[in-house]
Amino acid sequence: MIKQLFKFIGGVHIPQYKDISCNTTIQQAPIASQLVLPLSQHIGSPSVPIVHIGDHVLKGQTIAIAEDYVSVNLHAPTSGQIIAIEPRAIPHPSGLPAQCIVLQSDGKDQWRERKPIAEDYRQLDPSKVRNLIREAGIVGLGGAGFPSFIKMNPGPSGHIDTLILNAAECEPFITCDDRLLQERADEVIQGLFILRYALQAKHCVIAVEDNKAKAITALNKALETVDQSCIQVTAIPTIYPAGGEKQLIHTITGRQVPSHGLPIHIGVVVQNVATAAAIYAAIFRDEPLISRIVTLTGDVSRPTNYEVLLGTSMQSLIEQSDDSPQNKIKRIIMGGPMMGFAMHSSDIPIIKTCNCVIVDKGLTAELKQHGYTMPCIRCGQCADVCPAELLPQQLYWYTKSAQWQLSQDYQLFDCIECGCCDYVCPSYIPLVQYYRYAKAQIWEQERETEKSDHARERHEFRLERIEREKKEREERHRQKKAALGKKDTDPKGEKTKPDPKKAAIIAAMERVKQKKAQQNIQAKNTDNLTVAQKKQIEEADARRKKVNDEDSSS
Amino acid sequence: MLTAVIVLSVLAGIFGLLLGYAAVRFKVEGDPLVEKVDKLLPQTQCGQCGFPGCRPYATAIVNEEADINQCPPGGEATIHALADLLNRDPKPLNPENGEEQGKTVVYIDEENCIGCTLCIQACPVDAILGAAKQMHTVIESECTGCDLCIPPCPVECIHIKPIQQHWNTWAWPAPQISEATKTNNLLESASHD
Ligand code: SF4
Ligand code: SF4
Ligand code: SF4
Repeated sequence: MIKQLFKFIGGVHIPQYKDISCNTTIQQAPIASQLVLPLSQHIGSPSVPIVHIGDHVLKGQTIAIAEDYVSVNLHAPTSGQIIAIEPRAIPHPSGLPAQCIVLQSDGKDQWRERKPIAEDYRQLDPSKVRNLIREAGIVGLGGAGFPSFIKMNPGPSGHIDTLILNAAECEPFITCDDRLLQERADEVIQGLFILRYALQAKHCVIAVEDNKAKAITALNKALETVDQSCIQVTAIPTIYPAGGEKQLIHTITGRQVPSHGLPIHIGVVVQNVATAAAIYAAIFRDEPLISRIVTLTGDVSRPTNYEVLLGTSMQSLIEQSDDSPQNKIKRIIMGGPMMGFAMHSSDIPIIKTCNCVIVDKGLTAELKQHGYTMPCIRCGQCADVCPAELLPQQLYWYTKSAQWQLSQDYQLFDCIECGCCDYVCPSYIPLVQYYRYAKAQIWEQERETEKSDHARERHEFRLERIEREKKEREERHRQKKAALGKKDTDPKGEKTKPDPKKAAIIAAMERVKQKKAQQNIQAKNTDNLTVAQKKQIEEADARRKKVNDEDSSS
Repeated sequence: MLTAVIVLSVLAGIFGLLLGYAAVRFKVEGDPLVEKVDKLLPQTQCGQCGFPGCRPYATAIVNEEADINQCPPGGEATIHALADLLNRDPKPLNPENGEEQGKTVVYIDEENCIGCTLCIQACPVDAILGAAKQMHTVIESECTGCDLCIPPCPVECIHIKPIQQHWNTWAWPAPQISEATKTNNLLESASHD
């Protein structure tokens, strides 16, 4: 059991802005008439559609399946008709479209047949439970979207000593996990039991930031009714980014996840609370992941949390909450203000990883963007707050001068893009943007190298092929010449042309000669013959001669 | 004393043989420096550098017969990488060789293709599929955008197009920042240290 908490290095205290949305209950968002479901709502390869345009589907029916290991299924959030499978706008910083299944709802919201296994999951093999979670399309709902079933595998060592349920929710504005715990703590705890069963974890810790007193009370109350011997609710200090995976593990266990390692390597698994609730719904109600809780906040009239069907457009959600929706919206941010990114339009669907939508109309001071930057003064404040213990200003300089190798030597890829350095920088340098750019450049270069290696291979292969073909031609040439070697030169020493026709004639003549020679061989049984026998032979010879003569004259 | 001398000479002999064997057995084919230079070139095989392909250009660079700034597809990045490797000063791309341009591929206007196979013979990476008198197609993923297939085409049905941006290979752009401007005196004095 946890007796002592550890403090991670760095981090910042930032205004929370959580009160805006955390005091109202979770609202059911209405079913939109059209749902747009991107095939890639998770980390890993996109799922592959198994429905066709015109198909009628039921709520919860699988519409796309995982073909690769790191992937999950996708389900119809409501009943209706598939009207398109085509590229549509998705929540992505590029603003580029991606393949989506478009579902026209029929308004009946009719479920497929459901067969919950409920408590019986304990009779199943853990690998079977994992598979059910995969089929239910469940991914990390905290924002990263990593397929959950992979993180439910204890690995070859099979030794997980701590399972942490992450309810830190450290980014400002976001309150969906807080509300979930206040209203559905029992579901979260049931989900935790399922996770614990799959992982065979020794301890379970539910980590909540200490500014969420109501959530903690709700959790403790829900725990009273179950066997809680291995579960502990821990309030952790409120500091951003306490909910970062590595930071949370350090806070709870005091252990460091190695630079290129995973939490599982040190016997720890972290799952988000909303993920646990989704797992509960999948096992106890046979409901795949077709909706999620989204905080809608910022400059809207009625900020709150919504339970939203996947594929619902942000626009329709904003209309629900705002009396003047199209009024001077400057930006729509998906995710928190620290790590989220701006949308390119409002007609973008809610996906599995979308925990928060912030509407910015320029009224909230914290969302203000500085229109300018100043040179780095090497104050070192960024290094003080970096929770990954990096040297942000060094990384910034190396990125500016395109020294990618050096920035990698300074562990650019350990940067979690939390934005703490950005936040404290007195020169308003958009540091995270530089790191994202640097990472993208390095990946781009890797792709380029791969591509050029491939091109080189193909080019060399082609040269080789041309060379081989040339050799083969020469070889054929040479063989023919050799075959005609003797006849190649006539007595005068002049080279005759090796004509295939002539060669064929010569070869045929050779064969005939041989045949004749064979016929001239005397039979061995011709001694001591009777007169009658000799006569017979003579007759036969005469016949043969006649045939031979005809043969050679033809 | 004598044993030591004998043991050491035997050992020396053995290692000598081993090294000799290794030198023969694991002989490095070709010039490793040419190999390294070739690795930095984009392998477009377009010949804009004035050599019949990337490797000949790499050989020429190593033999100091060509400068490091003659590869337009590689552009500035390649010049810097070459300068780093060869310890030379980077210089701007030689305009005689061409300009650095965005990445492109080609496509065949299939309506007009007469199936002459001339482009297939020109393509250095076998990126074109087709047979005599049949319509030809460019395999986009294999095309390096060298444009060598364009001039041989007798009906001019091969065209250049930019590579399509895809959301999952999209790269974050460099931050667009406006450094402190004169509009704010206080800020300006800060920016001048
Ligand atoms: S906080 Fe900003 S100004 Fe200070 S060292 Fe870091 S990057 Fe430079
Ligand atoms: S110009 Fe560059 S890409 Fe083209 S052949 Fe020469 S080295 Fe290769
Ligand atoms: S298809 Fe044309 S442009 Fe593409 S690699 Fe081949 S020759 Fe070059």
